[in-house]
Amino acid sequence: MKSGVSLNNIYKPSEDVVAREVAGEFIVIPIASGVGDLEDEIFSLNESGKSIWDKLSADKSLRDVALELSEEFEAPLEKIEKDCVGLIQELLKRKIVVNQGNN
Amino acid sequence: MHEESYVSTQVIGKANLFKKAKLILSRLDIELTERCNNNCIHCCINLPLDDTDAKKRELSTEEIKKILKEAVSLSCLTVRFTGGEPLLREDFEELYLFARKQGLKVLLFTNATLITPHLVELFSKIPPLEKIEITVYGMKKSSYEAVTRVDGSFEAAWRGISMLLDYKIPFVVKSALLPPNKDEIDDFEEWAKSIPWMDKPPSYSMFFDLRCRRDSQKNKSIKRLRITPEEGLKILTRRKDKYIKEMKEFCSKFMRPSEDKLFSCGSGHGGCVDAYGKFQPCMMLRHPECVYDLKNGSLKDALENFFPKMREIKAINPDYLSRCARCFLKGLCEQCPAKSWMEYGTLDTPVEYLCRVAHEQARFLGLIGKTEKSWEVSGWKDRINEFVKGNR
Repeated sequence: MKSGVSLNNIYKPSEDVVAREVAGEFIVIPIASGVGDLEDEIFSLNESGKSIWDKLSADKSLRDVALELSEEFEAPLEKIEKDCVGLIQELLKRKIVVNQGNN
Repeated sequence: MHEESYVSTQVIGKANLFKKAKLILSRLDIELTERCNNNCIHCCINLPLDDTDAKKRELSTEEIKKILKEAVSLSCLTVRFTGGEPLLREDFEELYLFARKQGLKVLLFTNATLITPHLVELFSKIPPLEKIEITVYGMKKSSYEAVTRVDGSFEAAWRGISMLLDYKIPFVVKSALLPPNKDEIDDFEEWAKSIPWMDKPPSYSMFFDLRCRRDSQKNKSIKRLRITPEEGLKILTRRKDKYIKEMKEFCSKFMRPSEDKLFSCGSGHGGCVDAYGKFQPCMMLRHPECVYDLKNGSLKDALENFFPKMREIKAINPDYLSRCARCFLKGLCEQCPAKSWMEYGTLDTPVEYLCRVAHEQARFLGLIGKTEKSWEVSGWKDRINEFVKGNR
């Protein structure tokens, strides 16, 4: 895939971040240095981002995540897959998720 | 679902998460210990380093973790570790890591003397996400140690500061203006400019608080160190234009008589946990009627039930009612229940020293005449308006 993100791969939240809900907003806070561009950034995920984040785990490929969400939201799989790839691209760039490959 | 951007970035200090929703608790202060390795002549809280009784009574690691966990459940985003000297706690690293792993930013108040290579490595790998705040007591060994009264503390502090600089750990400095160091203010500010994370001039404490736990002997010596209101004004107005500009903004918002309402500050909307598990409405107020025992309760109960009731306490002291309650200099005066508590052991006694400081500033700003008392001014709104518009 052109984006460098594969639906066959497993992506999971980095151990260097912690996700919290604060003031109704879903935020990701860096724990270790090297996350994001600056040392003093926090990241807010929008509704779609949060729904995808909640499904990321060590034993689920991104395609599995998209399938589950497509059923839950009764939305076309192709569109959901696009969302998943879009989010993971952004998170990978900031080292908020790690690529576990496709084992 | 499909959207253009899934992640937005906010710089932590500027994040406006808290403007969007009213949180129970946005920040929590915790005094990890009242003990300190310095023995500063002006300090309002420090106990001796080897005070074993104090150490025994301090909250355990697990008790502090429990408080931090609850704070996170109440949407808290920042914890301030203060003291005493918080780095004296043998479990500091454990508590720091715990707080960070809970998703809390950590604001550390320290004298920097106990910063070690190991700690700077830790702050480098797991950044606190808030600038460390360091109080510097002098630019020379003689002045510094005349304040701290501990041999070697000057070298220890500068060693700590150098390590933070070497590892590029963000910090800011502030000072306390005292007889041994007050002639060094220019040197201090010149040096402070060289610190990469100082985005404004350093702040100073100079109208010193008395002992938080009330101690008549020590209070006598702290009172002797206080600068006069006239000297204080000179320091406040060193950058005259900036001072007046800030005062205009401030006066347009905060000047009015408080009447018999004692708590018009943010006290009790957040709070400070003392070293022994008492939850105070602010860092200074330890009046027994105003503190909540966390060992028999919760942050939530204190914030939702105990502090709101406390905030309803009204002033009854006739002296307060005839002066402070009618005084429009509220924004210039540090009078509050905590200061009254530290000076007189009550919540509503006018603090004479603070009253003189406020009057000195008000006279400088043209808000009152030479011999006028602020509580006698009836047309105070017009005076504020004229001052803000630049007519006074």
